Amino acid sequence: MLGRTANGAYWMARYLERAENTARLIEAGFRMALTRDASMAQEEWKSVITTLGQAKAYEAAYGPDYAGERVWNYLLRDKANPGSVLAQIEAARTNARSVRTALTREVWEAINEAWMVLKDALARPVREGALGQVLAAIRRQATQVRGTFDGTMLRNENYNFTRIGTFVERGDSTARILDVKYYVLLPSLAWVGSSLDNVQWESVLRSVAGERAYRWLNAGSIDPKGIAEFLLLDQRFPRSLHFCVDKLRSNLFGLAHEYGHETEAHELLRALGTQFHHTSIEQVFESGLHEFIQAFIKANQQVAQAIERDYRFYA
Amino acid sequence: MNHSPPCFDEMFAEDGSVRPAYAGYREWLHGQDAASLRRKGIEAESFFRKTGITFNVYGDNAGEERLIPFDMVPRIISAHEWRRLVKGIEQRVTALNAFLHDIYHRQEIVRAGRVPQRLIADNAAFLPQMLGMAVPGGVYTHIVGIDLVRTGPDEFMVLEDNARTPSGVSYMLENRETMMAMFPELFTKVKVRPVSDYPRRLAKSLAACAPACAGERPVVAVLTPGIYNSAYFEHAFLADQMGAELVEGSDLRVVDGRVAMRTTQGYQPIDVLYRRVDDDYLDPLSFNPASQLGVPGIMDIYRAGGITIANAPGTGIADDKAIYSFMPEIVEFYTGERPILANVPTWRCAEKDSLAYVLEHLAELVVKEVHGSGGYGMLIGPTSSKKEIADFAQKLRAKPDNYIAQPTLALSTVPIFAKSGLTPRHVDLRPFVLVSPKGIDITPGGLTRVALKQGSLVVNSSQGGGTKDSWVLED
Repeated sequence: MLGRTANGAYWMARYLERAENTARLIEAGFRMALTRDASMAQEEWKSVITTLGQAKAYEAAYGPDYAGERVWNYLLRDKANPGSVLAQIEAARTNARSVRTALTREVWEAINEAWMVLKDALARPVREGALGQVLAAIRRQATQVRGTFDGTMLRNENYNFTRIGTFVERGDSTARILDVKYYVLLPSLAWVGSSLDNVQWESVLRSVAGERAYRWLNAGSIDPKGIAEFLLLDQRFPRSLHFCVDKLRSNLFGLAHEYGHETEAHELLRALGTQFHHTSIEQVFESGLHEFIQAFIKANQQVAQAIERDYRFYA
Repeated sequence: MNHSPPCFDEMFAEDGSVRPAYAGYREWLHGQDAASLRRKGIEAESFFRKTGITFNVYGDNAGEERLIPFDMVPRIISAHEWRRLVKGIEQRVTALNAFLHDIYHRQEIVRAGRVPQRLIADNAAFLPQMLGMAVPGGVYTHIVGIDLVRTGPDEFMVLEDNARTPSGVSYMLENRETMMAMFPELFTKVKVRPVSDYPRRLAKSLAACAPACAGERPVVAVLTPGIYNSAYFEHAFLADQMGAELVEGSDLRVVDGRVAMRTTQGYQPIDVLYRRVDDDYLDPLSFNPASQLGVPGIMDIYRAGGITIANAPGTGIADDKAIYSFMPEIVEFYTGERPILANVPTWRCAEKDSLAYVLEHLAELVVKEVHGSGGYGMLIGPTSSKKEIADFAQKLRAKPDNYIAQPTLALSTVPIFAKSGLTPRHVDLRPFVLVSPKGIDITPGGLTRVALKQGSLVVNSSQGGGTKDSWVLED
């Protein structure tokens, strides 16, 4: 397999994952904003933009005005925003097109269709009444691509590089969501109860599609430690950091198996995996949630960079 | 205006009866209702969009992906007609390869005075770098497209040779897929020879051209200029179907005397490169130094026998329309036989008498640039205004060498499925030919291009032409 092709498959997956995560964050922000007064709603939207790391670019375009409709249109389709969902879907499709030979026909057609459907859905500004539908369409298209991928791809290097892209991106995304919200979670460690914070916690869970799983596991009781543990360390939840690390390990193992040797990326990831295995949520809070998350984001990036190098993504 | 001469319709005889090759299709068609056929037409378009069978257009709206219109009435060739075409094509392709070998070696045909020296030496498509080079297997043009037109029951003529990089074969394959998906029952009724094994044949033919240094299973790769090239879909499609890597210039470099591609496991040598990049961009060290699309040093490796480049650099000279006008002589010179397939009569404007004749008869003739392709830069006398003709005459006088002229042919028609029902439109046919030291292999069928405008003779997709599925019937 060509290094450039591995790179294209990896980025195709990252962009798709990012588009879906952006849609989920908008959805959570939208629900939060609905329960707030106008100025608090603006705060929520600002926090969505901050989580996505786009505050600077947004304010350069629109100043500090975080009116909901403007924010979600910026995130979904604004031409001035190279990180919009539409731009990400386009980038995913361009990457898929450039690695067309590494994908099954069905995967390519699913991505091409996602692009056609979403380009159409995002051709005009999205009004409040249509937002729910548009966000559902983004999730559905991403799910369709994932489904054909799962159902038709040979479990070889192509598969591994694509999955690595998915989980590098997903781990990064979940970590950033938690990091922006940790200040909400932290002070309330000592006391449980205010309804405002309950809504905040719900929103964190919702933005990673984890509200139902969490409630089911914890019989409806919401507490910050439990949520942090769930999102960081639970190996069963498909958007937790630990889950993403496990998936990176199994796909990197697939590559080592196919190629017959390990690389620097394996070593880095082994260290990260061990750390997750031996860390309890108490220890995380003791040494600082923010510090833990930042360390993860950095380690995740280092693994990604090592993969790019080890497998010759670039000339 | 529509003074087109009466022309041969391939489906219906003058008395309105259906010709034998179309009898089975016609019978099936009678059982269909127009509304459901129209619906199928719309389905076909969405099928093409979903599959991404598009081509990129240069110029206006650059980067936009367009569909080539697909017409669902097949173009049908009888087994008997095809047999004769195959013989003619084999003869022509043999002559083309012999000609290419000769002009890059002893130039016997020039010494014999059959083709003028200047047509070769002064030709931009002639590559001095290829002189005296022994190409692997002795094959120059591995994949050839011969453009045929028809003017009567038995009159097929060659309109153009595409020895450089013929494109369009993916449409031949996808058009058939589409037809079979839309009308499966039609294919149980009419026995059509399959085309779907073309990629396998291509892979086999290319592997048979591998250089001596290749292993038992030669490594074949397709070289594309990248996703913004107008034919990118086809490059990806063929690589995918052959199970070959699709590479770009940036993936390749010379390593230990071989051209190698950067894989996730390091550089791996390539034995056969099916390149869809023009000669000029192939090697910045030998040709255009600004090229980012090629591989620095590939020509040195090629010269040393370390890689097969298909098609060989410098084959484009055979596509030249001035050379084309000599094809009857070329066929005779190398095969010792009379050409089975005729040329379209051609006036070389470089010759004084011809130029005078052409200038006098511009309103009746088609005038083409010798190096042109894609239907650009040509004059179609009968459909041009007086001013267009006068303007063109000036260009022609200024640079007569640059042009050839041909009579306006009464191209055959095949009906298309239009809003008003079946209506005849002009067509041509491009069969695809594979050449290796093991022989010549012609897939039964090809790409039928169809002019969608009434009376129009221009079938190029860049000029709004469409395509049809092309059937060769079983015996």
